[in-house]
Amino acid sequence: MNQKADSLVDKGGVWFSEPISTYAAQSDSLFYFILILSIIMFFAIGFVMFWFMIKYKRTEERPEADGQLIHSNFLEISWTVIPTILCLFVFYWGYKDFLTMSIPPVDAMEIRVTGQKWFWEFETADNGLKTTGEFAVPVNTPVKLIMTSKDVIHSLFVPNFRMKRDVVPNRYTRVWFEAEKTGSYKLFCTEYCGDAHSKMLATVHVLSDEDYEKWVDKNLSSDSVPLDVIGKKVFDVKCSICHSTDGSKKVGPTWKGLFGSKRVFEDGTSLVADDDYIKESINEPSAKIVSGYKGIPMTSFLGSVSDREIDGLIEYMKTLK
Amino acid sequence: MEHEVDKRSFYEVKKGFMSWAITLDHKRIGIMYLVSVLIGFGLGGLFALALRLELITPDKLFMADKMYNQSFTLHGAIMVFLFIIPSIPASFGNFMLPLMLGAKDVAFPRLNLASFHIFLLGAAFLVLSIFLGAVDTGWTFYAPYSLHTDTSVVCAVFGAFIMGFSSILTGVNFIATIHSLRPPGMTWFRMPLFVWALYSTSILQVLATPVLGITLLLLMVERVMNIGIFDPSLGGDPVLFEHFFWFYSHPAVYIMILPAMGVMSELVTTFCRRNIFGYKYIAYSSIAIAVISFLVWGHHLFVSGQSDFASMLFSLLTFLVAIPSAIKIFNWIATMYKGSIDAKSPFLYFVAFILLFCIGGFTGIVLGSLSLDVNLHDTYFVVAHFHYTMMGGVLMAFLGAVHYWWPKMIGKMYNELLAKIACFLIVIGFNVVFFPQFLMGAKGMPRRYHVYDPEFHVYHVISTVGSWILAVGFIMVLYYLIQSLRNGEKAPDNPWGSLTLEWKTTSPPILENFESTPSVTCGPYEYKGSPS
Repeated sequence: MNQKADSLVDKGGVWFSEPISTYAAQSDSLFYFILILSIIMFFAIGFVMFWFMIKYKRTEERPEADGQLIHSNFLEISWTVIPTILCLFVFYWGYKDFLTMSIPPVDAMEIRVTGQKWFWEFETADNGLKTTGEFAVPVNTPVKLIMTSKDVIHSLFVPNFRMKRDVVPNRYTRVWFEAEKTGSYKLFCTEYCGDAHSKMLATVHVLSDEDYEKWVDKNLSSDSVPLDVIGKKVFDVKCSICHSTDGSKKVGPTWKGLFGSKRVFEDGTSLVADDDYIKESINEPSAKIVSGYKGIPMTSFLGSVSDREIDGLIEYMKTLK
Repeated sequence: MEHEVDKRSFYEVKKGFMSWAITLDHKRIGIMYLVSVLIGFGLGGLFALALRLELITPDKLFMADKMYNQSFTLHGAIMVFLFIIPSIPASFGNFMLPLMLGAKDVAFPRLNLASFHIFLLGAAFLVLSIFLGAVDTGWTFYAPYSLHTDTSVVCAVFGAFIMGFSSILTGVNFIATIHSLRPPGMTWFRMPLFVWALYSTSILQVLATPVLGITLLLLMVERVMNIGIFDPSLGGDPVLFEHFFWFYSHPAVYIMILPAMGVMSELVTTFCRRNIFGYKYIAYSSIAIAVISFLVWGHHLFVSGQSDFASMLFSLLTFLVAIPSAIKIFNWIATMYKGSIDAKSPFLYFVAFILLFCIGGFTGIVLGSLSLDVNLHDTYFVVAHFHYTMMGGVLMAFLGAVHYWWPKMIGKMYNELLAKIACFLIVIGFNVVFFPQFLMGAKGMPRRYHVYDPEFHVYHVISTVGSWILAVGFIMVLYYLIQSLRNGEKAPDNPWGSLTLEWKTTSPPILENFESTPSVTCGPYEYKGSPS
């Protein structure tokens, strides 16, 4: 697909590029609200200041001040309380929109993203389609990106989607979007990452369902293997001795329903099992021991299971509902 | 008096290199800091001009990728560590604090000299690092990039580490001075507001700078000895570095802006012949900023993957820290009411500060909003925002302070007409450089990009042209100040008719500051006019 990406400058308003994701326009409206308030305040402050400068200009007849008003409770209270209320309102609005942007819908299509100096790799989880420097998604479909870096910190930014999240080594970060209009959109790296930082670009193609099918057929090579299939292979060889997939208890906890469930640990703490937790449990099993499994330590697989195989295991685990 | 007071100015009492190099006089130390920070500003400014020139074309003009990255790193690091942080507190603070209090010197003059020597040593390491393979990490030194780059990170970081001690010691010195060297009658609420601002700044310097020191030390240890602290490949956590770094560096922006706000209070009262409106509100808002600013660092990490709950708290606190700044602005404007306003060049910088800092503040509200920050983080919108606060705020106040106190410090007047024209050029040039950056940032232009999408070309061209206007303005200032040094008209003791104590002595002051210890019977700004 060589179609040219949409212009950020020509399309859209004076301030922002054309809003394409479901939450983009909503996010922009908060900006316009602050902008209008700011313009009013700016001109009010500027007007009063210049008005005073003209009205109270020092002259030879009037070398001293006319009055020395130094205190007014009414003024002090109003210019403390009113800005505070406005600020709290803006804070709440921003927070509410932020939650929408942060929490992906449960049924979102998954794409695993890897950033490294100085290119982006994308792998669609359920069909094993792997691309570099571009990826495609169907229009009107929620898409979740699960991202990690192979070297330094990068950051994935698509202005049209109003979407950005850092991509950190040895950690998974997530963002999601649902594009509402077909087209090709620019993707930038926005965390400084060295010499070719400004060339670490990519394109997101938003396609109609039909075009998306075609795109997948064209780009899917015969040796592409979906991640969960890779994961199942590794599981059968390395994990199935101690972990079941049907809910029965072996040496270790079953994998059935594990992903996304609440795990309670020996030390009383708990968390919801996510990508980071699974990766940690494979590489450093004794970091968090699930309640009831003390004294049966699992061996670390650090170095003997690759990062890609870990991604595969996680995707396989997600299928075991 | 028990002894004869030497009535010659402090410049005339002693002469020669050693009279400066090992002086214990706060005024000479202040002048030396002033010269140092001006050199720092010139150097940082040259890098800025080079960067803007490079960006006049979307592709490479004359810099390679790496050289561009080194240049923006040096521009940032030099401006932050060699100019903005020491600019007002170390130069004008040192010179004016004892004079404004009515004291002979700071509490620990030897420590003060030591601070200056430590500052020079740190600066030397930072400058040395330029020749040993200039750092290309950005002034933020983010790990793990800073752990793997082949540039002289350790040397530069060591320079910043050393300069931290200078900052801490100056802070301790000022706090002790304000507590113990006030003459009879100088109560806390009779202190000029610049002194209050220095007091709040000093608290921040003493409490926050050690954290930067430790962070930079850990970074050096990790680079030299390969101990995994921030590098994930050694089991470290790079986001921890971001937390540590901003735990210092956010309070640091208030180390920069609080003294600037103090200067504003002096300018507005003097040039309006007005008692300050809401003295206590302005004084306490400085303290409030000092306290709250410790709790907002996480707003630099909204997109880092920190928890949504943490982001929510940091956003809320960020909005709260905006309020004291707003209170100050309103009180300054109210101070102008019924005043006798003489718009001399220092006052023009007051006006410039208010207008530019308001834009910086409003865009700060935009960036403090969680949902908007996601889009704007690490774009030119942020670059423009902090230049409006740091350059539109701190630099305007610094220039206001230079023009206000120049007659006192140097003993000569400068060309007022040229000063007004230069101020005008600087404000115009500044806006031409930075306003287009808001627009391109909002459109999606990321910061720290050497080559960029040609659709952003027009914004960059305007911005670069603005940098030339700005440069002409600064060169003009340099020109008439040098002219004033060489053959400026002799300044009277109190050219502006100000009431604070530094104007009660000669211009330039005598070695012991005052012929006899001043006694204080009223507030600092009780100008004539019927109280109402």
